[in-house]
Amino acid sequence: MTNFKTFTANRRSILGGTLALGFGAMAMPRIAFAQSGGSKNLLFVLLRGAADGMEMLAPIGDPGFDRLRPEWNERFADSRKIGGLFAIHPALEQVSSAYGAGEALFVHATATSYRERSHFDGQNLLETGGMEPYASRDGWMNRLVGMIPGETPRALAVAPALPLAMRGSAPTSSYAPSNLPDPSEAFLDRVSSLYADDDQLAGLWQSALETQAMAGENSLRNLRDARAAGELTASLMRDEDGAKIGMIELGGWDSHAGQAGQFSRMATRLDALLGAYRASMGESWNDTLVLVATEFGRTARVNGTNGTDHGTGGAALLLGGNLSGGRIIADWPGLREGDLFEGRDLMPTTPLESVLAGAAAEHLGLDPQAALATLFPGRNIAPLTGLSKG
Amino acid sequence: MSRASIALNRFGYGVRTNGAARPASAADLLNQIERFDPSPAILNGREDTSALAGQIIEQLRTQRRQRRELEQSMAASETGKSPARGRDSNLPPELRAAMVTGHQTVRRDAGLRLQMAVQSDTPLIERLVHFWSNHFSVSYGKPGMSHQVGNHEFHAIRPHVLGKFSDMLKAAALHPAMLIYLDQYRSVGPDAPFQQRRRERQRTQNPTPQYGLNENLAREIFELHTLGVDGGYNQADVIEFAQALTGWTVENRRLRGTGTVQQSGAIFADMIHEPGTRRILGKSYSQESADQALTILDELASHPSTARFIATKLARHFSGDDPEPSLIARLEQDFQSSGGDLASLTRTLINAPEAWTGGSAKFRQPFEWLVSAIRITGAEDLSDRRTFGALQQLGQSPWRAPSPAGYDDLAGSWAGPDALFRRIEVAERFARNAPLDDVVGRAENAFPGALSGPTKLALQRAESSAQALALLLVSPEMMRR
Repeated sequence: MTNFKTFTANRRSILGGTLALGFGAMAMPRIAFAQSGGSKNLLFVLLRGAADGMEMLAPIGDPGFDRLRPEWNERFADSRKIGGLFAIHPALEQVSSAYGAGEALFVHATATSYRERSHFDGQNLLETGGMEPYASRDGWMNRLVGMIPGETPRALAVAPALPLAMRGSAPTSSYAPSNLPDPSEAFLDRVSSLYADDDQLAGLWQSALETQAMAGENSLRNLRDARAAGELTASLMRDEDGAKIGMIELGGWDSHAGQAGQFSRMATRLDALLGAYRASMGESWNDTLVLVATEFGRTARVNGTNGTDHGTGGAALLLGGNLSGGRIIADWPGLREGDLFEGRDLMPTTPLESVLAGAAAEHLGLDPQAALATLFPGRNIAPLTGLSKG
Repeated sequence: MSRASIALNRFGYGVRTNGAARPASAADLLNQIERFDPSPAILNGREDTSALAGQIIEQLRTQRRQRRELEQSMAASETGKSPARGRDSNLPPELRAAMVTGHQTVRRDAGLRLQMAVQSDTPLIERLVHFWSNHFSVSYGKPGMSHQVGNHEFHAIRPHVLGKFSDMLKAAALHPAMLIYLDQYRSVGPDAPFQQRRRERQRTQNPTPQYGLNENLAREIFELHTLGVDGGYNQADVIEFAQALTGWTVENRRLRGTGTVQQSGAIFADMIHEPGTRRILGKSYSQESADQALTILDELASHPSTARFIATKLARHFSGDDPEPSLIARLEQDFQSSGGDLASLTRTLINAPEAWTGGSAKFRQPFEWLVSAIRITGAEDLSDRRTFGALQQLGQSPWRAPSPAGYDDLAGSWAGPDALFRRIEVAERFARNAPLDDVVGRAENAFPGALSGPTKLALQRAESSAQALALLLVSPEMMRR
C-alpha cells in the first residue's frame, strides 16, 4: 500500500514491495478504541451504475492509458495532476480543492470481491456486504449502526426509499423532500392510532414522524439539485441530535456510450453534492467522514461507442475534516495487456471492503478487525487503517 | 385474508366502486383470461409519436458533433474556455421542443396505463401486463425514450401476456424502446460491411468516429429477461450474442436507407450485422441476418434456466417475498411443459394453493396502491398531470425504474418510513375530492371477511367522511395484499 505524493511511473516492482510491509503495519490498530463514536458523522455516497474510476482519477501518466483510450489525455489538460501518474477529473473542482487541503484521498484499483459484471449483483454485494448476491437481506451500514456502543445513533438515508445498505434490524429511516401538501395534525393523530396494533406500520410511522420533525421546514421539492441535496443532508446530520450515520445515492454513471459528456455531467453533480455537504457541515466537518464508492469499475479500453463497459477495478473517494488526505492509496497494477484483469479491466489490488470497514471503524472508534468481520464477513482480508489523523 | 379478499386484492387491483359487481373468486380470475381485451378502444385514438425518438437521437448526435467541432476550433485558437457541458445548455429550439413533447407524451401514456388499470374488469390480467412490462423494463430517462416507453408496453407486452413467452421476448427485447434504452441501436459488428467500408475510407480521409460492438442488450437479455444471472452463461456467450444482435437498430442516417423496417418500427440492417456463425451456450447458430437473433431468442425462451427464473419472479409477485419452493416448481413445470404458454401459466398460478395462503403476502407497491386507491374512492376523473405527479412523489413513475432490472418486488424496497408518509399525504388530498358515501360499507366490500376490527372502528370513529376515506386509503388492509 503506497501513498503517491511524488513518484514516477512505472512502478509495480517498487510498490509491490512496500505493500506487504505497509498492509501488515496498517492493519494494526493505531489508536485506542475506547473513544466514543457518539459525535462522529459518517456519510456513505453510493454511485450507482459503475462510475468509471479511470476517468474519476485518470492514470494519465501510465503509457497504457493512451493506448487503451486514445486522446482521453486531453480531457485532463486543466486538472490537478498527482505524482505524474494521476489526474483528478476536471469537473471534480471542490473535491480537488479538498484534496489540496489534505481533506480528501482516493483509493485506486479497488473493487469488492465481486468478479462478475452485473450492476444489480454488484450493487447487491456492495450494499449487503455478502459474498453471494441476494444471500444477505440486510445491509452493512445497518450492521455498522448496530456495532456502535451505547445509545444507537440516528441513521438516515436521504433517498425516496431506504437503500438496501441501510436495511436491517437496527432502526434506520429514509427521507426525501416532497412537493405534496402537509397532512393535517388531526389526520396524523388518527393514523398513529390506526397503526397502533400493526408492528410493521407502527415502527415505520414512528420513524417517519421523527424524521419529519428533524427535517423541519425546507423549500426543497426533490433531490435533483445536487447542491441542495448536499446541503439538506448536512442539515440533517450536523446538529447534536441529528443523524450520525447517513447515506445518499447518485445514479446515472453507466456510460456505455458517449462517456465524456455523461461522466462530466455526473461528476459535476457529485462535486456539487460533496462540496455543499462539506461547506454546510460547518464545525462538524472535523468529525465527519464521507465514503464514496461504486459497485465496480469499467473496462480499461474504450468501446465501440466511445464509452466503456462493465469492468472490475475502480476508484473510491474519501473525504473528511479529520482525514489524513492529500494522497492516493493504490498498489497500481499497470495497464499493459498482461496487467489487465481478464485482459479487459483494471486489475483490482485493494479490497474495497478493507477500505470501507477500516475507514468507518477507525472514524467511529470501533475495532477495525471486528468491523470487517461484521460488515463484510467471510473474507480473508485485513482492514485498511491509518486513514485519519488520529 | 379470506379467499374473496385474496382474489380481489392479491390477484387484482381491488374493488372498483364505479364498476359492476363481480364475483370475487378463483372462477372469476380464470374467466378474466377469456375476457381480457389486449387492445381496448381507449388505445385506438392514441397518436403514435414513436418516430420522434429517432429524430431526437439524430438531433442530439448533430448537436454533439457541432459542439465537438466548436471545442476543437476554440482549442485551436486558444481563445478561452470550452462551451458549457450541461445537458440542456445551448440546446437548439427544435430539440428543446421535442423534449417538451416527449414529456407530454409519456404523461399521456402513463395516464392511459393508469386509466386502463382503474377501469378494468380484468384486473388480474392488467396486473400481469404491469408485471411483464417491469420484467422487460425500459425507462424514459434516456433521450428520445419518452416517445417509446408507452409503445413498448402497449404493443410489445400487452398483446402477449396470455400468449407465448418467446413471442413476448422477441417483441419486447427487439422493440425500438429496448434497442435505444440498452444502446443496441449503436452497436456495429466488428466485421460488418459498414466497418469494412469505413476502414477503406479511413486510409484516404481523416479519422471518422469509432463505432463498434456494444454488449449491453445481450448481457441484460441473459441476466434479466431469460436465464437469470446464474443461468449458466459466460462472458464469451455475451460477446457472441452481442454480435448476433448487431443489425437490430432504429432509423438513423448512417444506414442511408438500407435495412428493413420491422412491424415494431425497429430496423434490421445487414450493413451493420456481424456476418458468420455464432456459438452460444454450446449451440451453433448459422442463420443469416435478422433470423439469427430471433432463433437465439427462441432457444433462450425454452431454456430450463428461463423457466426457473420466470417461475421464481412470478411466484414472488403473488405469494410473497420468499415464495414457497413448491409454487416455483409448479410454475416452472408448467412453463416447460406448455412451451412458455403464459395463459396456461396464469391458470396454474390461479389454481395453486400456495397463492391462496391466509396472511397478507405482499406490501403493495406505490403504483398498485394508487390504482387500488382510485378504484375504491371512485375519483376516476383525475388529470394525467395529477396522477403522474402523485406517482413521482410516491416513488414509482411508470417506465422510470432506476435500472434495467425494473422496480424491485420486495417489501424492503417499498415499506419505508418516508414512503409511508407520502401515502398519508396523498391519501388525505385524494379523499378531499372523492365521493364520500358509505365509507365503512365500501371497506367491507373491498376486503370481504378481511376487514380488521381496529380498522373498522377507526373508520366509524373518524370525525368526517373525508377523514374516514383517507384512513381507509392508508389502512393496513390497503397497504398489503
